[in-house]
Amino acid sequence: MTGSVATRVLGAIGLAAAVVMAILALWVSPADAVQGDAVRLMYVHVPSIWVAYGGFVLTAFASARVLWRTRSGAGGTEGVIADRQARHWDRVAGAAAELGVMFTGLTLVTGSLWGKVTWGTYWQWDARLTTTVLLFVTYLGYLALRRLPAESRARARRSAVMALIAVVNLPIVHYSVDWWRTLHQEASLEIGIGGDRNYSGEMYWTLLYSWATFTLIALWIGIHRYRVLRLEELAEEAALEELLSQRRSEPRHDEPVTDR
Amino acid sequence: MWREIWLICRKDLTVERRARVTLIQIVPTVLLILVVFAFAFDANPSLLGAGAGGLFWVAVLFGAVLGAKRSFDIEAEGGNLDALRLGGLSPAAILWGKAMALAVQMAAVAVFTAAGLVVLFSVAVTDWLLLVTAAVFGTAAFAICGCLYGAMTVGLRSADTLLPLLLIPVAAPVLLAGTRAFDVALGTSADQGWSWTALLAVVLITYVAVGWAAAGPLLEDA
Repeated sequence: MTGSVATRVLGAIGLAAAVVMAILALWVSPADAVQGDAVRLMYVHVPSIWVAYGGFVLTAFASARVLWRTRSGAGGTEGVIADRQARHWDRVAGAAAELGVMFTGLTLVTGSLWGKVTWGTYWQWDARLTTTVLLFVTYLGYLALRRLPAESRARARRSAVMALIAVVNLPIVHYSVDWWRTLHQEASLEIGIGGDRNYSGEMYWTLLYSWATFTLIALWIGIHRYRVLRLEELAEEAALEELLSQRRSEPRHDEPVTDR
Repeated sequence: MWREIWLICRKDLTVERRARVTLIQIVPTVLLILVVFAFAFDANPSLLGAGAGGLFWVAVLFGAVLGAKRSFDIEAEGGNLDALRLGGLSPAAILWGKAMALAVQMAAVAVFTAAGLVVLFSVAVTDWLLLVTAAVFGTAAFAICGCLYGAMTVGLRSADTLLPLLLIPVAAPVLLAGTRAFDVALGTSADQGWSWTALLAVVLITYVAVGWAAAGPLLEDA
């Protein structure tokens, strides 16, 4: 129901890209001199958190738009347009946050598996790991807030405020490896002029390719989630209309009942 | 605007002076947290001393959760929030007045917590200026963040359980930076204490900015 020609093509490209990514990550890219084959987890772990960051930044941007479009004062046609745009950005924020949570979860799972192989334990009270868990829980809270029953405009604005506060945690997570002495390695890639690379050759390009693949897949899932949210809203409105029409068709108590 | 903020702040502090919830309930709970932590660490003095900075902030954060909940509970009862708005007070004045009152109460909680640390864990302060500055920034940040989330969850049926879930992870930057600054002030770390205090200030400014932008949307829909 949420598919279209464009999303089907996007999905097919994403699937093909994932197959190529698996080949690159498992066979073409060499094992690391220190980490051995465990380094291959990096091709899922690192792109996952990048996509999650992107999802959370998009959530914050969309939330700012929600607040902007729901400023009080607009009425008439302009008000209707503003309301429609606010609903659109609210759905974008919701879909992006769900993606962020999903990919942060994937990052934590792959990180744990990597930790078991490399550090000998699934979990370390390391700054990066701890702040990432806090980020994960923060956005779980955001999703919980979105699911509370409330009038749609109030819920959208409330969630938007939370998203703008929650995004403050992003730089803390990202720079935690620089600010604290941690077991977690430093940023995997510094892209740009003068940036140092912790990886080179096939590893570097495989990592970049993996990021592009994850972005494609995230985009595909995100579009579908957006459309599902839209359908949920339509279903709610239809159910409300149905209830209203049932209520209207009931006989009024103040009308005299006459025998025919 | 400032007069309205002061009005709300004074109202909340008057309610507190009469009910004494912070003094009679929140401060003892926070001190209890310190004692329970001592059990958790098997009453190991060196371990407790090393973690004293973190314990302070964890205890104050739990105090802030309770304080924020209390701050908006008194408004949810009997539709007080609607009455304040119908009385012509702006949402921003209500939010900042409540945040100011909560900050004062949290400052009291912080003082009792610090005294508890000195007595129970025998910690010694090596840099008072750093300690006080970090404590002021941190408690103010908790108060603003607490009020934002209090306003967000006021009137919701699941507010009791939802508020800690929302507030604790989001307050993590304050917890982390405050702990680092306190570790330096208590002489248990040779880190850059003032850099962490600067980070606290940045977080505080961010919360203030979000608070200004969000007061209207939050309290209009509350």
